[in-house]
Amino acid sequence: MIRNLAKRGVSATASSYLNSNSWTIANPNQIRLLQKCNFSSGVLPNNVDRNSEAFARNSMAMESLISQLQSHIQKVLAGGGEEAVKRNQSRNKLLPRERVDRLLDPGSSFLELSQLAGHELYEEPLPSGGIVTGIGPVHGRLCMFVANDPTVKGGTYYPITVKKHLRAQEIAAQCKLPCIYLVDSGGAFLPKQAEVFPDRDNFGRIFYNQAVMSAEGIPQIALVLGSCTAGGAYIPAMADESVMVKGNGTIFLAGPPLVKAATGEEVTAEDLGGATVHCKTSGVSDYFAQDELHGLALGRNIVKNLHMAGKESMAMGSQNNSLDYEEPLYDVKELRSIAPVDLKQSFDIRSVIARIVDGSEFDEFKKLYGTTLVTGFARIFGRPVGIIGNNGILFNESALKGAHFIELCTQRNIPLVFLQNITGFMVGSRSEANGIAKSGAKMVMAVSCAKVPKVTIIVGGSFGAGNYAMCGRAYSPDFMFLWPNAQISVMGGAQAAGVLSQIEKANKKKQGIQWTKEEEESFKTKVVEAYEKEGNAYYSTARLWDDGIIDPADTRKIIGLCISASMNRPPEPTKFGVFRM
Amino acid sequence: MSPMVSFLGRRLRHRSLVIQKRLLSDSPAIEKTTTQRIEKILVANRGEIACRIMRTARRLGIRTVAVYSDADRDSLHVKSADEAVHIGPPLARLSYLNGSAIVEAAIRTGAQAIHPGYGFLSESANFAQLCNDKGLNFIGPPASAIRDMGDKSASKRIMGAAGVPLVPGYHGSEQDVDLMKLEADKIGYPILIKPTHGGGGKGMRTVQSHDEFVDSFLGAQREAAASFGINTILLEKYITQPRHIEVQIFGDKNGNILHLYERDCSVQRRHQKIIEEAPAPNVKDDFRSHLGQAAVSAAKAVGYYNAGTVEFIVDTVSGQFYFMEMNTRLQVEHPVTEMIVSQDLVEWQIRVANGEPLPINQSQVPFHGHAFEARIYAENVPKGFLPASGILHHYCPVPVSSTVRVETGVEQGDTVSMHYDPMIAKLVVWGENRASALVKLKDCLSNFQVAGVPTNITFLQKLANHQAFEDGDVETHFIDRHRDDLFVDLKNSVVVQEAYNTATLSASFVAACLCEIEHYALKESCHVGRGFHSIWYSHSPFRVHHHAMRTIELEWDNEFDSAGSKLLPFSITYQPDGSYLVKMADNASLGLEIKVTQLGNQDFRVEVDGVSTNVSLAVYSKDQITHIHTWHGSHHHHFKQKLGLDVSDDDETQHKTSFEISSHPPGTVVAPMAGLIVKVLVKDGAKVEEGQPILILEAMKMEHVVKAPSAGSVQGLQVTVGQQVSDGSVLFSMKDSM
Repeated sequence: MIRNLAKRGVSATASSYLNSNSWTIANPNQIRLLQKCNFSSGVLPNNVDRNSEAFARNSMAMESLISQLQSHIQKVLAGGGEEAVKRNQSRNKLLPRERVDRLLDPGSSFLELSQLAGHELYEEPLPSGGIVTGIGPVHGRLCMFVANDPTVKGGTYYPITVKKHLRAQEIAAQCKLPCIYLVDSGGAFLPKQAEVFPDRDNFGRIFYNQAVMSAEGIPQIALVLGSCTAGGAYIPAMADESVMVKGNGTIFLAGPPLVKAATGEEVTAEDLGGATVHCKTSGVSDYFAQDELHGLALGRNIVKNLHMAGKESMAMGSQNNSLDYEEPLYDVKELRSIAPVDLKQSFDIRSVIARIVDGSEFDEFKKLYGTTLVTGFARIFGRPVGIIGNNGILFNESALKGAHFIELCTQRNIPLVFLQNITGFMVGSRSEANGIAKSGAKMVMAVSCAKVPKVTIIVGGSFGAGNYAMCGRAYSPDFMFLWPNAQISVMGGAQAAGVLSQIEKANKKKQGIQWTKEEEESFKTKVVEAYEKEGNAYYSTARLWDDGIIDPADTRKIIGLCISASMNRPPEPTKFGVFRM
Repeated sequence: MSPMVSFLGRRLRHRSLVIQKRLLSDSPAIEKTTTQRIEKILVANRGEIACRIMRTARRLGIRTVAVYSDADRDSLHVKSADEAVHIGPPLARLSYLNGSAIVEAAIRTGAQAIHPGYGFLSESANFAQLCNDKGLNFIGPPASAIRDMGDKSASKRIMGAAGVPLVPGYHGSEQDVDLMKLEADKIGYPILIKPTHGGGGKGMRTVQSHDEFVDSFLGAQREAAASFGINTILLEKYITQPRHIEVQIFGDKNGNILHLYERDCSVQRRHQKIIEEAPAPNVKDDFRSHLGQAAVSAAKAVGYYNAGTVEFIVDTVSGQFYFMEMNTRLQVEHPVTEMIVSQDLVEWQIRVANGEPLPINQSQVPFHGHAFEARIYAENVPKGFLPASGILHHYCPVPVSSTVRVETGVEQGDTVSMHYDPMIAKLVVWGENRASALVKLKDCLSNFQVAGVPTNITFLQKLANHQAFEDGDVETHFIDRHRDDLFVDLKNSVVVQEAYNTATLSASFVAACLCEIEHYALKESCHVGRGFHSIWYSHSPFRVHHHAMRTIELEWDNEFDSAGSKLLPFSITYQPDGSYLVKMADNASLGLEIKVTQLGNQDFRVEVDGVSTNVSLAVYSKDQITHIHTWHGSHHHHFKQKLGLDVSDDDETQHKTSFEISSHPPGTVVAPMAGLIVKVLVKDGAKVEEGQPILILEAMKMEHVVKAPSAGSVQGLQVTVGQQVSDGSVLFSMKDSM
């Protein structure tokens, strides 16, 4: 604090010095920039050497990761293949992303989630898990979109499809976002019914969530743009309001073939459960659409008429906003050149922060204490945030500092951004004796109970309890994204191989078997390979352990959008549990 | 206001001359006139001419009174006047032609004088007489001169007697059809049929052969009766390659008469002028002075004073000129004369009415430069220049300067009503010589923006750009002679392709500009409400690992192809740098990367491949359709976009989608324009031949014969005589005969 004051004093004299010399600098921005760079405590210096070998190496490595990512993305954007897309078109239907585009405010952004869900998860490809989810504004109001992709296995629900649908609902419930379901699905994927149907977080949970959210006043809107068979029929039925498209939209518990088999009744799909039946006779649907575009327009109208004015005034987004903000001083594209692909090499997380926050201004908290954890205040698109980033292994002090900083942010209702690059907590006798477990527990307690919006970005490694303390998936961050170079596992592959080979060696010894050096090495290699595969960003994102892999250059933008979405709810006071002292 | 001001700026150059003359002529002899000096003028007209007259009056410190019908309650001419008096319903006969109501208005408001403008009562001797009887100063010639010249047959007799050359013809009062036919045969075909009263080409017809005579003659009689109340007709030899050259004359009450050179008004359509110029091109000085002298002697023959125009027909083959008629009023095209002689003719009119002598004599008339006037009409050029009516959703005339005048009586948002002349504005330009004036004319036409009603601007551009026009090689059949160049020949695939290419380029610009407009509109609206949310409206819109795309479908309204509009589907990709990649959705071309900078509400700077250009847009909605007009370079295009989204038509019994535009089944005949049914020639159900006239529609005082499009029986003919029909309403349909 004293230091800060002292610095301010310096800055004041310095600027009066400028004035007394009557320098004529035409552009007031120039003066501001000058003052900031030289005298303001908060502006981070550019500590990235663009001409260094490391910079070039990192750039190249990241470039190849991004081009690999792009090629995967291109595949999923194409949907379920040329033929299926053509068939869809012939029915006057749009693809799910095109449908979302027409619902969104024209020219507005869309934060799509988990594009690579289901990546290499099943024997057959399942682009984007057969469902497109994401957040975007409709008539100025942020909504959660859940759109079946009818070109992918007829829009049926695989286990990962269910998981992605539920994750979207989870975010919607947490951020109080109206849900728009663009239904075009054959229901559960029957061959995998055991993984789709019975468990708590399976198919049935979709309707449970709809009911619970509706009860909370979060609007549930269904647009029936295609078939909506069996269990799927409950999506529009459970919705607050629903639209059906003539000709394409059908809702029935059993389709015509099943009806014929069961009762002998011969009936067309349209007469059995078409828009006319449901809008005119059964009342299952509320709005009759002449065609798909009309249906989507009706969907926009429903959102227009949601009266949430009263609720929105309580939202956090309406307070403490500064509309004017500055872009970071350094090029956000350089984020592609900072993280080393070899996780053993360290880098200063401040160089990431400098490219994420407004004006690269970062007011660091406890800069000199527990230096392996970087904490501090900044703004992103004008909105205050608390940032917690890793600069090495977590020591006692670092964990305590983290817990302290989280408490500060919860008190002040400042959203938290976690930048993970963590190999774990310090091990060893000294550490244990100092109560590293106790300190770590404090940070985990603080992270778990903090009710402010939390966004986690994994920019490097995410190992062991470090993952927990830095708000990993289990700690329900509102959003969590990975850089393409990210690795997630309980420990590093090499460490795991060491541990496992020691145990294996001991076992073998008990059985009296000699383990050759070669055998041990090949054992270790296998473990390392398995860890690398399972710790890989694609492995994680395919299973929805995160909300997507992002281009590092998009990090600032995505954090901004995430925080905006999570500020849609009224602030909630945080109550911590018992801190072990 | 401003066009006149700048026009006057140019006058200053000649000011010394004018002042000098004024000193000389203000002799005490003139002061005797008993007429009370004019302090307030009632302008018995509407539209641009009313505004034009008021502008000069105001400059002279004279107060103005407007008169208006119900249709003109909010018109510019009403707003421009110090006082305004309502004189009746829209129908001209009951308002602007109602002399006693106008005279009463003048008396009520204490105006000393009435300026009749042109058209309406300007050439009514009775009205001039009525004014005089009521002690009002009629700003125009003496009633006797109007009477003499108003009757075209009488005028020719007088001119013949005065030695002015005449076109051979029949000007008798005997109007029997058979006799007239006989006379026509004597003169020889082709022949011109013309009402003896009125002007502006109303009721005029050319008859090519003996067989057509009776029909045309009766039609002309009917139209004359409807327009002027008098149905006498004269016949004239039709000159095949004529030029229409007229001389502006001016006289004072002391018997001084001079001419202010000639105007060439040869370029006409439907016998109405559309481009006029002064002086006439390709005319030798001695011809010019002969013409001027003939005009002055014509005026002297009837004891003329105030402004008048003597029209001559010039046979380009023989070089001979004939007296045609004399217009006893200020002409529509008077500004071109004003521009070359640097005088304000309305001021002259008022001074003459005040009894003052002409400010200068013949030898002092300046003669400098060249001026064009282009008349901008609301009309449907491909439908044979049919008058159009509607709302001026966008109206942005060119900026005026010392050499550019825009005479207009309307503002954006006004209605071009079907009750009156559909002229929107007169564009007047001046240059040091004809070539430089023409360059200016072309430029101004390119930048003259009108949207909401179809106009003839594109057509005027084609005229002005035509080589023959550039050469001054004009004659009254100019448009017919150069028809192939002036209208898009749909069989010429090169021309059609070229038109299509420029339209797609314009449409690409429109697509990009629409994205830009939409983006800023949204950004603005969310800035007001939810601050932090504005990041969802960043430019370009954010997508995870791909670029946002959208489609825009524009329907190109090809005004020269009545068959149609063409659908241009575009896909637009938002590029990360804020530009738009605009591609035709159905072809494999690379598309254009377009960067848009918004300059004003409707103006944009558009950059493609390093070349940037200004683009203006006018957008308005009508009948569930968004209309988009665009101007760039010399191109103007009109596109339509279905207002697809945000509709809530939930009538499931209606199988048409809400996006379809209703169209009529084949064989349906719709009204080509709004108008009054004056005659129904067949009964419903009648069997008719192809091309047989079915009914006659009158609009803007013109008759339009609606003919059977094919042979068959007429079905659903419900309209009756006297019924008003709107543009596009169904008149009947044709059923094929078995």
